[in-house]
Amino acid sequence: MTNQTNSRDVWVFIEQEEGIIADVSLELLAKAQELAETLGSQVCGLLCGYQLGDLAETVIHNGADRVLWADHPELKMYRTLPYARVATELLQERQPYIFLVGATAMGRDLAPRVASATRAGLTADCTDLQIGDYTSKKDKQDYKDLLYQIRPAFGGNIIATIINPTMHPQMATVREGVMRREEPDLTRQGTVEKIKPTFDESDLVLEILSRETRESEVNLKDSPIIVSGGGGVGSEANFELVRELAHVLGGEVGASRAAVDAGYISREHQVGQTGTTVRPRLYIAAGISGAVQHRAGMDESAKIIAINTDPNAPIFEIAHYKIIGDLSEVIPMMIRALREKAK
Amino acid sequence: MSSARTYNSIVLVKQVPDTKNITGDVMKDDGTVNRSALPAVFNPEDLNALEMALQVKEQYGGQVTVMTMGPPQAAEVLRESLYRGADQVILISDRKFAGADTLATSYTLTRAVEKLGDYDFIFCGRQAIDGDTAQVGPQTAEKLGIPQITYAETLVNLEGDEIVVERALPLGKELVKCSLPCLLTVVTTANQPRPASARKRIQYKLAATPLEYQSLLKKWPEFETQETLDAYLEARDMKLPLWSAADLDADEDKLGLGGSPTKVYKVNFVVLETTESKEVPADQEGIAALLEELIQEYIVG
Repeated sequence: MTNQTNSRDVWVFIEQEEGIIADVSLELLAKAQELAETLGSQVCGLLCGYQLGDLAETVIHNGADRVLWADHPELKMYRTLPYARVATELLQERQPYIFLVGATAMGRDLAPRVASATRAGLTADCTDLQIGDYTSKKDKQDYKDLLYQIRPAFGGNIIATIINPTMHPQMATVREGVMRREEPDLTRQGTVEKIKPTFDESDLVLEILSRETRESEVNLKDSPIIVSGGGGVGSEANFELVRELAHVLGGEVGASRAAVDAGYISREHQVGQTGTTVRPRLYIAAGISGAVQHRAGMDESAKIIAINTDPNAPIFEIAHYKIIGDLSEVIPMMIRALREKAK
Repeated sequence: MSSARTYNSIVLVKQVPDTKNITGDVMKDDGTVNRSALPAVFNPEDLNALEMALQVKEQYGGQVTVMTMGPPQAAEVLRESLYRGADQVILISDRKFAGADTLATSYTLTRAVEKLGDYDFIFCGRQAIDGDTAQVGPQTAEKLGIPQITYAETLVNLEGDEIVVERALPLGKELVKCSLPCLLTVVTTANQPRPASARKRIQYKLAATPLEYQSLLKKWPEFETQETLDAYLEARDMKLPLWSAADLDADEDKLGLGGSPTKVYKVNFVVLETTESKEVPADQEGIAALLEELIQEYIVG
């Protein structure tokens, strides 16, 4: 939207539903603190909702120096247009340097709408964010302290660093679990500024008739043991073996994108760049070849066991234990061995 | 069923590299993609978007227009759309569009949609498999100044200028009511896209845009010149419309690489950091020993 901004502030969209802040927003606040420290600037949380009690304080405890709190009945439940109106107007007025949004269903609906309205560059699903310099090859112009927006691309075969030299804010979305969350600091102080937005009729053309949400039954991020199946599992029946092993180990069931696309399991279980990033104590990859898109989401696991019939599968390169064999034979052996030990 | 209202749909589709089959030489030095080095497919969720548009047409009447922005060979997804029942297709292609990021792409598509005009619905796939950004749909809706319904799964009701749509959220459903015109991004669970009709496949087999004439002449040398081929296709209504930057009356500063705020600064091929690994024999004994080791190290148990 602008070629020069004076502010170097880092803004984070604080996603909340019914007064509960999404984990990804808390993770982004931690990352934003790190970026703001490098830039010598401040972290600002953008909170939208209605009657949110002392939620703004929680935002400060988790890393914000300031909270812009738009409070309005029309913001009670998330809808694209009213939220986009608030974010767009505040970004245009205050001109922050960076604006980070969680790559959730909500964030992926909101961020592009806002980026289009502000004519800002937006990079989806970043796996890392850093501050760095850039010299334009064309006109030899130097740009100091840009946001490096780092993400895998093309099925994860490459890692691209994207920059947005001139049209700010520099916007990026990040998946849940990619950034590490910090413990809240209950003594942390900050300022809260309440905003009273106004809407016109065109912002309110969409009405929510009903919304049914369920609690996620999957908790990949916090599970110390994950057993994941990939496309190599081959069938829904074989995927039952993956579930059974996870059950016997007291772990969670994960999956690669191929397994999700094949319909063996729901998308909530997906580990990887476009799924959840995990760092368990033990990660068992069964029938997963190990595309970068998947590895990006699990390669920080403390111990990795890979089971694959293909001795050249890339997953073996990062595995601590490799088992070359058919998972429909290997997994039952593992289950048997565990049951014997439990006796 | 009192209203005689019909609904016109525009479907925005993309030809994407089949990211499952990537080879080493797909990236160009400027960090953009050498698409010709990859097999190209119809973006899967765009087929769901097309299917939803075709179902609206079948139930209420109206026109389905499919547009794609891409290189000359992207005409293939337009033919695929015709085989499935699209009434009209348009290729938006120009060297000036090259290197566009999602913002520049949405600007270009917006100009094309505005040029066509007269639409009630715009359908897009939720996201394209080459970038997974899911950005172009919402960005296009914003530029057109119309509402968006992302993750659309079911068109529950359509009456007058009002639709009720069920959205598939990762952990639930949301039912929304919205006025038309409106842009919907459609998820894979929305429907089962119909296959190409054999009859239409024969009917539109020859359909081509002028950008393909040169390669077609190699296949059909009997036409001898592009003019004779053009006249032949034109007479049979097989000449597919091609819109260039000039046709769109576009602000050139907003097109292609130059109109894209995001730049690829660098690209790294992924180097596997090899971990020292232990091979475990795939037999009962080997596996029992492995698990024993993990239990000893308090990793399991």
